[in-house]
Amino acid sequence: MTQNYDKLPQGSFDRIPRDTQQAERISKPSVSFWQDAWRRLRKNKGAIFSLILFGLIVLMALLGPIISPYSPNAQTITHANLPPKIPVIENLGIFDGVGTLGGKEVDLYEMKNVDQNYWFGTDGLGRDMFSRVWKGTQVSLFIAFAAAAIDMLIGVIYGGISGYFGGRVDDIMQRIVEILTGIPNLVVVILFIMIMDPGILAIIIALTITGWTGMSRVVRGQVLKYKTQEFVLAARTLGASDGRIIRKHLMPNVLAVIIINTMFTIPSAIFFEAFLSFIGLGLQAPDASLGTLINDGYKLIQYQPHILAIPAFVLSLIMIAFNLIGDGLRDALDPKMKD
Amino acid sequence: MARYIGKRIIYMVITLALIATFTFFLMKILPGSPIASADKLSPEQRAVVEARYGLDDPLPVQYFNYMFGLVQGDLGISINQFKGADVTDVILSRMGPSAQIGFQGMLLGTVLGILLGMIAALRQNTWVDYSSTIVAIIGISIPSFVFASMLQYFLGLKLGWFPVALWKDGFMSSVLPSIALAMFPLATAARFIRTEMIEVLSSDYITLAKAKGASGSEIAFKHAFRNALIPLITVLGPMAVGILTGSLVVEQIFAIPGIGEQFVKSIMVSDFSIIMGTTIFFSVFLILVILIVDIMYGIIDPRIRLSGGKS
Repeated sequence: MTQNYDKLPQGSFDRIPRDTQQAERISKPSVSFWQDAWRRLRKNKGAIFSLILFGLIVLMALLGPIISPYSPNAQTITHANLPPKIPVIENLGIFDGVGTLGGKEVDLYEMKNVDQNYWFGTDGLGRDMFSRVWKGTQVSLFIAFAAAAIDMLIGVIYGGISGYFGGRVDDIMQRIVEILTGIPNLVVVILFIMIMDPGILAIIIALTITGWTGMSRVVRGQVLKYKTQEFVLAARTLGASDGRIIRKHLMPNVLAVIIINTMFTIPSAIFFEAFLSFIGLGLQAPDASLGTLINDGYKLIQYQPHILAIPAFVLSLIMIAFNLIGDGLRDALDPKMKD
Repeated sequence: MARYIGKRIIYMVITLALIATFTFFLMKILPGSPIASADKLSPEQRAVVEARYGLDDPLPVQYFNYMFGLVQGDLGISINQFKGADVTDVILSRMGPSAQIGFQGMLLGTVLGILLGMIAALRQNTWVDYSSTIVAIIGISIPSFVFASMLQYFLGLKLGWFPVALWKDGFMSSVLPSIALAMFPLATAARFIRTEMIEVLSSDYITLAKAKGASGSEIAFKHAFRNALIPLITVLGPMAVGILTGSLVVEQIFAIPGIGEQFVKSIMVSDFSIIMGTTIFFSVFLILVILIVDIMYGIIDPRIRLSGGKS
């Protein structure tokens, strides 16, 4: 093969001189931490599926009670204990309004002369389960999010102060946390719920009374880790105030851990709310959450299993979705901290 | 190590004293009276009843009496649920069924969980692994009372394999509640063992064992499994908490005469001494479990001991 460079058009192969000014240039757009995390999260099919699923559940929780023609608390006693019936799907042999009565399978809608369709059936007082389940989901999610938000706020402030100032402040604050975490969560929640008037607020307070300690510990650990690093020292040398260092230099680094922790607080708050309702310490009628619906349904498990099954299913879906999203976020935000 | 244990025990005593104090005063400000049909009694009758239970003493006296009794293992007298029975006796007499289902659930859960996690780690990224992960996620996500009612409905009511409820058929009665309680430890152990095993399998001494020509099963059991098992001790604490929380509802669902069922009932009828006694009993149990777990971990794994123990 002859190497005939002269035949090549002039100027195609210019020598590129070394340009010291360009050596440090970043040629690709820089990927921020959050973009990188989002890329990793997107690869996690389970987490993305759960995000969509959770979005749908939230949407239904908000829209469900509105699109249903029945109010969640309206009692139509003649329509009591109807099994679920959904048009179109009923032709498949499920959700067709057939229930057992006296040991025989009959279409209860025909028997009771009901023309309407109750998609999720009705409960013992003839209330529409569809709107009740979504209303209950709304309440459960509200309690969980409120509890998680308060936990986060107290935990971050407490852990932040404790870690940032260190020394004696840290010592005293940590001794308090150590004793608080020693008290079993279950015991505290039950005791607090007993002295307060039952209701949404009481449950939120009971859940947060010691719930924040986990968050405070994690935040403290992270702050301790970052505050001794050079970039903080540099900022301080340049005269940044404590507030500025915390807001601009520490918070962005701790944020990932805060998010991960919150994602695991939410399902545990949902669980505790349902748990309390199930043992009779939760919301009082006519308020309903998924937990109280499950509790009501459980009493009728033998004859009307759908009253238990539907809220239990929704609750389980939310829990699974949240755990998967939490796992995915943990892997995406902090690849080093897998489990 | 001795210093560490000493420190931990002091903390434990402080925590327990706080819980006891806290519970005591909470019970005092609680609305409602523990005395059945208190409104119907004349003031004189009421005074007689209150005197009998020491409820007429000034609050500090009641408090010190209670704390003094507590140190001696005396949790007071049941007011309305068990009509004058010793709370300590009530709790002890109900410990059997609770301990049995709790222990069976824990054993079943951890053994199955370890197996599941091990198989998943050895067959990483195959369908075996994925299905074990799904089982673990479901086990952690589905609340025990949902799972318990499902078991009761399908295995008890529909198939009739096991008694639906009550504590009458000995071991058979304990099967469903034990399975319901086992789900949480199972899922926790499976997840935990899987991550630990994967980490251990990629460590240098496994490579060395492979280089020596050790067989696959020898590596899996003799080297990897044993080292993956040690950190599992750290999750025993959360597992015990899970079992205890679960037992409150599971005993309720299966009508088992255990501590959890009686605790929920005592809340309903506001039997203060039973509530206080059970709360303190639960706290002692959980705090002890966590203490033992931490000490055991330090003893078994020398690496922890050398780095000065967990603070």
